[in-house]
Amino acid sequence: MYDIPHQIQETAVTDVKIKAKDVQVYYGDNHAIKDVSVEIENNTVTAFIGPSGCGKSTFLRCLNRMNDTIDICRVEGDILIDGDDIYDKRVDPVQLRAKVGMVFQKPNPFPKSIYDNIAYGPRIHGMARNKAELDEIVERALRRGAIWDEVKDRLQAPGTGLSGGQQQRLCIARAVATEPEVLLMDEPCSALDPIATAQVEELIDELRQNYAVVIVTHSMQQAARVSQKTAFFHLGNLVEYDDTSEIFTNPEDSRTESYITGRIG
Amino acid sequence: MPLLWLFLLVLAIAAGAFVFARTRVLALSGQDRRTLHSLPIYYGSNAAMKSAIPALLVLVLWLLAQPFYVNNSVSGMIPDSAIGDSSSRSLVLAEVRRAADGLDLAVATGQMTEAAARDTQADISDVTDRLSEAGAIVTSQITQPVLNAAQQYRVLNSAGYRIMSVVVLLIAAAGALWGIRETKPDFRARNVVEQGVRALLIAAASIAILTTLGIVLSLVFNTIEFFRLYPASEFFFGTNWAPSFSGRGGASDLGILPLLWGTFYISIVALIVAVPIGLFAAIYLSEYAGPKVRAFAKPMLEVLAGIPTIVYGLFALLTVGPLLVQVFGDDGLGWMQAGTAVMTAGLVMGIMLIPFVSSLSDDIINAVPQAMRDGSYGLGATQSETIRQVVLPAALPGIVGAILLAASRAIGETMIVVLGAGAAARLSLNPFDAMTTVTAKIVSQLTGDSDFASPEALVAFALGMTLFVITLGLNVLALYIVRKYREQYE
Repeated sequence: MYDIPHQIQETAVTDVKIKAKDVQVYYGDNHAIKDVSVEIENNTVTAFIGPSGCGKSTFLRCLNRMNDTIDICRVEGDILIDGDDIYDKRVDPVQLRAKVGMVFQKPNPFPKSIYDNIAYGPRIHGMARNKAELDEIVERALRRGAIWDEVKDRLQAPGTGLSGGQQQRLCIARAVATEPEVLLMDEPCSALDPIATAQVEELIDELRQNYAVVIVTHSMQQAARVSQKTAFFHLGNLVEYDDTSEIFTNPEDSRTESYITGRIG
Repeated sequence: MPLLWLFLLVLAIAAGAFVFARTRVLALSGQDRRTLHSLPIYYGSNAAMKSAIPALLVLVLWLLAQPFYVNNSVSGMIPDSAIGDSSSRSLVLAEVRRAADGLDLAVATGQMTEAAARDTQADISDVTDRLSEAGAIVTSQITQPVLNAAQQYRVLNSAGYRIMSVVVLLIAAAGALWGIRETKPDFRARNVVEQGVRALLIAAASIAILTTLGIVLSLVFNTIEFFRLYPASEFFFGTNWAPSFSGRGGASDLGILPLLWGTFYISIVALIVAVPIGLFAAIYLSEYAGPKVRAFAKPMLEVLAGIPTIVYGLFALLTVGPLLVQVFGDDGLGWMQAGTAVMTAGLVMGIMLIPFVSSLSDDIINAVPQAMRDGSYGLGATQSETIRQVVLPAALPGIVGAILLAASRAIGETMIVVLGAGAAARLSLNPFDAMTTVTAKIVSQLTGDSDFASPEALVAFALGMTLFVITLGLNVLALYIVRKYREQYE
């Protein structure tokens, strides 16, 4: 993750993968995220819910520094992954993004073959020494993406020719191929039909074995189905963060209750 | 009645119809426009349209048809015996028209009365004198048949114009009446005007297409004429270009190959210069430059496209050529004889093409969805990796189209070649030799005192036709490539 190799910090092995403390995000003059502190656990699916414009996607994009590509965006506060500050000057955001994979709202396969879509990340990061190794990485990623059986006979076909649900699973496999430690998903099912959604949700549950998964979703049912932890955002504030079962059955804050019962949003 | 007056009168009738129809429909509705089907302005427009458009159409058609009719009937008056051995009917007809113009001039300056100008029994020498006194260009060849034909020509023409004026005005008035009679509150004037707008747009599109067709046809007939005089195989496969201007029948070598070679050589040099620079500039502008730099740099780059090519030619002749001679000339490497060379023209043409490549490519790169870039950045790719492996492949069809468009421009470019590459048609591999292109030779074959019946002049049309076919082929190829890649990516 660092540009310059440095001593591995001797931190106690905890379940906490990402620790955010007092994070503030500004878009120009607009204060989009206010004082958000959250601890995201390893091998857990964490759901961010909240009404549109509440900042959940913005916060998600802080976790792999995707906001760096937006000129007017400014991030303050600490975000630590495994105890290391990702906004430290020594961190190369490009390397960071290989460690923190991201899946977007709309499936965005590259205009390349299925094989090249998956091999894109491994090739950039030099993860394979030869063709055979690359083939292996591609197959493993496609299997993890639960799409191998559907595409194994047409790896050279364009990735854009797949159906919407297949494309999204291809994008998940693509993110998985670089061996990330965290997987960020920004409304991964909002462009999919119910069957494809069910397939992707099943996949998210499997991915939990290997990664910390953070998912932004507008669907309360989806958050309840796939996540173990849920964070409720409202107007840039983190209102409540707890076990999913707690949030949905026994919310502490009245705003959370109003939102999950459909009174605000 | 002068044409302009007729035109203005028709417009005045249409304007009157507009005002009248508008007032009438308002009056019929009892000043309550809510009871009308359309806005009052549509009723006015409907009446104006119906009075002006048919009248103007008839006017245009009449103006096109009348010369044919008059020429034909006058031509019938000239007996074959009146046409000399070294002359042709069309030359005599030209003489008739000149004489008729002279008569007009004489009447206008008062040298002749209208009656005298029409007097079929008039003395030829007297008429000739009076005409030259009036300042008309008359040859001594005015003969009795020519004079009579000229008189008949004037009579037919003036009668024709008079009838035309009356007919056009009548049609305009009838149209206005028709439009006004239709004007009732429940008449769907809005829909009729919509049809009219549609017809106007179709007419504009067809004029563009028909003009292209006309250009092609004018080339085709002259090209066929050329191949009657000069064998096609020698034209297409001849390796020597040496037109003789000594006269007809002289041995001219009119092989197109040296010219095509020069055209392609210069175009390739130009593209080698323009494509990388233009593409890289486009990538910088669309991906790296901030909004401020972009707002400043893009218009600056496009200024290049606004420079007239003759100015580029001067730049080639006065700056680039001497500069290249210093390096590659006899004092330097010794490859270059003079400032005019393929390299000079190619470099300058390349500079001219940069904005074509960069401006189009910039638009195309910007059209690649941001989701593609996000996906690539999200996998830990750097900006240049993203551009090279994701953005450019996605934008490739459009970029290929931009490059082929630039190639068409390069092949058709003339002024830079005339000034920068010299006029020597030769087949050589040395880019520092002077060469010339098809377009430059078209200019030199048609300028000056050329006889349009000789192969030396007609070859220009064959050259133009060849060039047209080549650029057409390039454009078709560009379309094909764009379509093929697009299928693959969607």
